[in-house]
Amino acid sequence: MTRKKPDGSEPLWRDEFSVRAEDERLVTRRQFAKFLTLTSVAMAAGNLWIVVRAWLRKAPEYPRVTVASIGEVPIGGVKLFNYPTPNDPCLLVRTDEQTHVAYSQVCTHLSCAVFFNGESERLECPCHRGSFSVADGSVIAGPPPRRLSRVVLERRGSELVAVRMEV
Amino acid sequence: MRSTPPHQALVAIDGALSLIAVLLIVQMWLLSATLESFLGGHYAVVVPAAAVSFVLCAVCVVLSAFVRNAGRQDR
Repeated sequence: MTRKKPDGSEPLWRDEFSVRAEDERLVTRRQFAKFLTLTSVAMAAGNLWIVVRAWLRKAPEYPRVTVASIGEVPIGGVKLFNYPTPNDPCLLVRTDEQTHVAYSQVCTHLSCAVFFNGESERLECPCHRGSFSVADGSVIAGPPPRRLSRVVLERRGSELVAVRMEV
Repeated sequence: MRSTPPHQALVAIDGALSLIAVLLIVQMWLLSATLESFLGGHYAVVVPAAAVSFVLCAVCVVLSAFVRNAGRQDR
């Protein structure tokens, strides 16, 4: 607390110390606004960087891999395979006589391995009870933010061939 | 001696600062969500997210200019 001199004038240090409390408060607000705005610009620049990276990305090349033969998997059965690399687990489900579907086995929530539940006819993640439609891989329930990546299959004679991924 | 800013001006400045802070939080969430989608191979949201982020940034710049001008006018 500042004491005034007996004659009412300000002390000497007040004249020589030019920073005033009321001005300091305003300057602090302006500086804070400037800091927040520069941070906002940085966030926008980050989004722009992602756009540039997305534009410059190369189209992925997928190998053609034979997954299974037509009669190999029974109706309601599952076969595990890896596609497009040996480190990408996928599962093939035969839903009826003519239909085979294949999806990445990696849950889009926290990358747990999903499995096919024949009773509910859903692809389910045991970690956080996420479940996906076996028809198109869309999210039915739980925390996963996106549908499962789908493996596009082609029938060649009596074989099912994986040709690409749809993320 | 310089006069202290009126109470209403301080309230307006504080309100603008609060709004900037809220918009910044939204931008942070937007950036992290866009990055998550991008790394997950989903590119459809990248451009709309960038557009929204730039709009939010523009609003922050306008509010920041308001704070600067309000501070000067009160002197």
